[in-house]
Amino acid sequence: MWSRIISRLLTSLVVAWASVTAAFLALHALPGRIQDILAGDLEYPGLREAIAAEWGLDRSLPAQYLDFLLRILQGDFGTSYVLRQPVTEVVGSQLMPTVQLALLGGLLAIVIAVGLALLTAGRGRISRQIASFLELVFASTPVFWLGILLLMAFSFTLRWFPVSGASGWQSIVLPSLTLALPTAGLLAQVLREAMEKTLDQPFVTTVRSRGVGELVIRARHVLRHALLPAVTLGGWLIGGLLGGAVITEKVFGRPGLGTVTLGAVLTHDVPVVLAVVLLAAFIHVAASTVLDILYLLIDPRLRAQ
Amino acid sequence: MTDKPYLVIPQPDDLLIDIEGLSIGFAGANGGAPIVRNFDLTIRCGECVALVGESGSGKSITARCLLNLSGDGAEVDADRFQIKGRNALQFRETDWRKLRGTVTGLVMQDALVSLDPLRTIGQEVGEVLSAHRTLRGRHTVAARVTDVLRKVGIPDPEHRATQYAHQLSGGLRQRALIASAIAADPDLIIADEPTTSLDVTVQAQVLAVLAERVREGAGLLLISHDLAVVAGIADRVIVMRDGRIVDSGATADVLRRPRHPYTRQLLAAIPSADSKGHLLASARFDVAGAEGGSTNGSIIVREQLPARKPSDDAVVLQVDGISKRYVSRRMSGREPPLPALDRVSFAVKAGEVVGIVGESGSGKSTCAKIVLGLLAPDEGEVRLLGQPWSGVAEAERRALRARLQYIPQDALSSFDPRYRVADVIAENLTGDARTKRDRIVAVLEQVGLNAGHLGRTPRSLSGGQRQRVSIARALAAEPDIIVCDEPVSALDVSIQAQVLDLLSELQARLGTALLFISHDLGVVQHIADRVLVFHRGRIVESGPVDQVFSNPADDYTRALLSSIPAIESAFVRSSANAAIAGPSTARSV
Amino acid sequence: MNIQTRPLADLSVALDPQVNPPGAVEPVTTAAVIAPRLLSPGLAISLAFLFVLLLAATFPRAFTQFDPLIGDYALGLKPPSWEHLFGTDRLGRDVFARTIHGTRYSLLIGLGGMAISLAFGIVLGILAGQRNRFLDEATSRVFDVLSSFPGVLLAMLVVTFLGQGMLNIAIAVGIAGIPKFGRVIRAQTQLVRDADYVTHAVVYGLGRWQIFIRHVLPNVLVAVPVIATVYIGNTILAVSGLSFLGLGPQPPTPEWGVMLAESRDVLRVAWWPGVFPGLAITLTVIAFTLVGNAIQKRFEGRLA
Repeated sequence: MWSRIISRLLTSLVVAWASVTAAFLALHALPGRIQDILAGDLEYPGLREAIAAEWGLDRSLPAQYLDFLLRILQGDFGTSYVLRQPVTEVVGSQLMPTVQLALLGGLLAIVIAVGLALLTAGRGRISRQIASFLELVFASTPVFWLGILLLMAFSFTLRWFPVSGASGWQSIVLPSLTLALPTAGLLAQVLREAMEKTLDQPFVTTVRSRGVGELVIRARHVLRHALLPAVTLGGWLIGGLLGGAVITEKVFGRPGLGTVTLGAVLTHDVPVVLAVVLLAAFIHVAASTVLDILYLLIDPRLRAQ
Repeated sequence: MTDKPYLVIPQPDDLLIDIEGLSIGFAGANGGAPIVRNFDLTIRCGECVALVGESGSGKSITARCLLNLSGDGAEVDADRFQIKGRNALQFRETDWRKLRGTVTGLVMQDALVSLDPLRTIGQEVGEVLSAHRTLRGRHTVAARVTDVLRKVGIPDPEHRATQYAHQLSGGLRQRALIASAIAADPDLIIADEPTTSLDVTVQAQVLAVLAERVREGAGLLLISHDLAVVAGIADRVIVMRDGRIVDSGATADVLRRPRHPYTRQLLAAIPSADSKGHLLASARFDVAGAEGGSTNGSIIVREQLPARKPSDDAVVLQVDGISKRYVSRRMSGREPPLPALDRVSFAVKAGEVVGIVGESGSGKSTCAKIVLGLLAPDEGEVRLLGQPWSGVAEAERRALRARLQYIPQDALSSFDPRYRVADVIAENLTGDARTKRDRIVAVLEQVGLNAGHLGRTPRSLSGGQRQRVSIARALAAEPDIIVCDEPVSALDVSIQAQVLDLLSELQARLGTALLFISHDLGVVQHIADRVLVFHRGRIVESGPVDQVFSNPADDYTRALLSSIPAIESAFVRSSANAAIAGPSTARSV
Repeated sequence: MNIQTRPLADLSVALDPQVNPPGAVEPVTTAAVIAPRLLSPGLAISLAFLFVLLLAATFPRAFTQFDPLIGDYALGLKPPSWEHLFGTDRLGRDVFARTIHGTRYSLLIGLGGMAISLAFGIVLGILAGQRNRFLDEATSRVFDVLSSFPGVLLAMLVVTFLGQGMLNIAIAVGIAGIPKFGRVIRAQTQLVRDADYVTHAVVYGLGRWQIFIRHVLPNVLVAVPVIATVYIGNTILAVSGLSFLGLGPQPPTPEWGVMLAESRDVLRVAWWPGVFPGLAITLTVIAFTLVGNAIQKRFEGRLA
């Protein structure tokens, strides 16, 4: 088993490296000079020379590439010319709120999905149809629309929660709920279908023949099997959470990476966008690796020779 | 049973199960009519009752209703349905749950899917104990688990309890499955096809474990489609068909003097050394004919196969010293892996039927793949009709491809899912559309189908019909030799008989050589002229089939033969010379 | 030798023909998918809805005569009425008209993005599914890299380089979708490649290329309509999300995501500009998902 874990870790390092390389290649594959791309819309004298100096654009391509790699490894993503700050400062200050939102949303989604799946898998037809319908609706609802609806209902009309900003715990309730519900819908669907498929397996009949109760069967046997496809989906869901956090921040006017990145896109602030994207990629790779290793731990059949 | 002072020891003549007039139906299915009707059953302690029937007979549903696990929406009704003296028709779910595992235990087919693959053997075996709180404390439960595993004959039980089902061999995991069913000492064990996917030698061991339990006083309800398995272990037999009982009584009575025509037909259709050279599907019991002889037997009357086409002694397939080693990615370097094939040599002459028998892992499927040219041998060579066959580029072999054909075990997965019957067979033909169609119809009629089947999709055909289509496809190329890889293993006895008859008749008429691979020795005895016994990649014995099976020279062959459950040929005497006027015709399914 | 001739006993029980055993599956044809007797009410409604959507995208003027781009400022923010079914927005434009005209943007951009995902995903997926271990590892890494960038952020990167607009977000969504399709096609290719009818096709004298064209490719491509319909809902969500952020079509284009972004400012006083476009997106995604699920069920046994 350890060999598989190590090989998985190595693979993730390769992927992380490949992402950085892809970003580098994309930057250099575009038409136009790099200093023009990086400068974006800004036009003041000496800017392009400064960019060329900082990024070493007069050196050979392989040298630039190595330099790029090294700097990323050290956490140096360059300077934002628009904001006239090192990118690390720009991004670092806004990272936490986004991560908090994504984590909370994810946790909520898991709790809702697992609970719903456990309660309704294999039960009476009506509860299953209702659950299935709810899951479909939430999984099909765009995150931003859900946010708008919740805003209208709970902030404007009922005035339970603040409309925007990031002060206090109340301000994170609606955004995390917005983020959680569509993810929960999809996750619950996958979990419930997997559970129902598992409930049809022969070994469940054997477990029933031992006089084990239905709830125990689900919790002790079926859930683990149903987690397998869900864990496979996990990496993709995490990417969705990060992206969804960006959108949710715009809906609720929350400060965070979303606002920063959006601003950077609209002002053509390439270094910042590049940094955020690569950061998200690293988070994603790390999370997928953890999930894959989790999969290995859950399913003993994969550990064998 | 004496190490459980808290269990009441039942009296030997206690009636465990007493059922009369049982019917089981599913609302909305079968037009509202019950699937099982008028079913009676009694089981006592220390008694083994076998429930026998082909697929669709309703035996599994009936057995599971003893646990109320027949399925969602099952409607069960009976004149009398008593379990250990209590009226089961009035049980609620909590009553059933108390019963499961403590009074009745269930053993199903194939432990690989019948045990939770994500839990250890120890956890699975001990679950019934914690579900009923029979034992408390992790250590007491663990000790009991080890006990039970040892009792079913699993060596090193402490270690095995920490392993998972996929890490044990087929026989060991089936025993573990039995252990999980008997851990709480149930009075009745229900075994639903417990040995069907196992090798013959392993099957014998697993049946012995069950027999041991019966000797200790448990009741056993054994469900099987295999009459031979049942003959060795059951006290009484019930034969089911289409949800009804057609025959029941003491094993010896039912198997030697079957009363119902269906049972007779079933018994007569079993291939064996006695049926060699005759048709199976049309064989009939003739109980009346026994009156002149001893009261012990009946006579099976069989039609003879058509005379075989005379053939020269030309060698069609020559296999010389082929070896194959499968290299695993992670070579520990400690010992070389066992070879899949080790210097195997044999020859098949024109018009001959050569059987290959062996258990799983014996190398017979690897051999088949090499013969078919799907795999290249590491050493040795294969020659087809005198031409080099192995180790030659596919382009050079293509001209000979038509002469070597193949019939698979699972017909459906060998057909392209998009193809219809006509397309499947056309793949093996060349020429314009008109000639192809005529030839396809001709070959369909040869296998007992007709032009009406041309447009059908294989999924809408029955198992027997599909196998006929794959035979037709093989014949379309007019081969000299056909490799048959377990062609009847997945079929019910009566369908198997028809397909075997078809193969035998075609073989006799066309003079095609057959390389017939099977794990079922009865089938091989019936159809083969010579037999090759494979064991761990080697041919341990070969020769004329009667000789090898009556006087085995090799130890392994002997062990193999002794493990086969067989309705002893002392049960029936066949009238080998009964000749029926009129040509025999292939019975269509 | 005593040869006795006996007539066959006359049996009352004949061998069962065993034709059409219970549970025999009906052959799968396109007609069967659409045949009315097999439609559940949800599926029927979804198909009807999608048909209406297609009409709205092609002939929007058949549904409404109001101009989606020009409005009467004096009639701004009127609630829904018989004349303005969905009310009017801040600039007096009829929301219903804008929603109808907006249909084509979501559908076109979504389909365009999916076309890119499919084209690359199929080619890479089939390559990955071959028996070549190196090819498999290499393409799987490509999928990993592409999927490590969250879709929204990848789109942001593309827009940063290429600028805003419909084509660019279609490209972004297309690239982000390649791993999804690629992995499914890869799994399907492996399934088909290991199936008996492919491994044994040489017995009938077929060559490697013939086997690929005749057996492998068609049975792999069978997965395409299934995953396409299941994932197009996802694509539409992504497209409208990116438009909401302002990366796609710019105002005054009546794209649904853009409409929702514009509605945020007036939410406090008017609920209708923020509800109806979102409802349109949700219903479209639901409809596509239901149709996709139905198709998936039809092809159940043949997919990885």
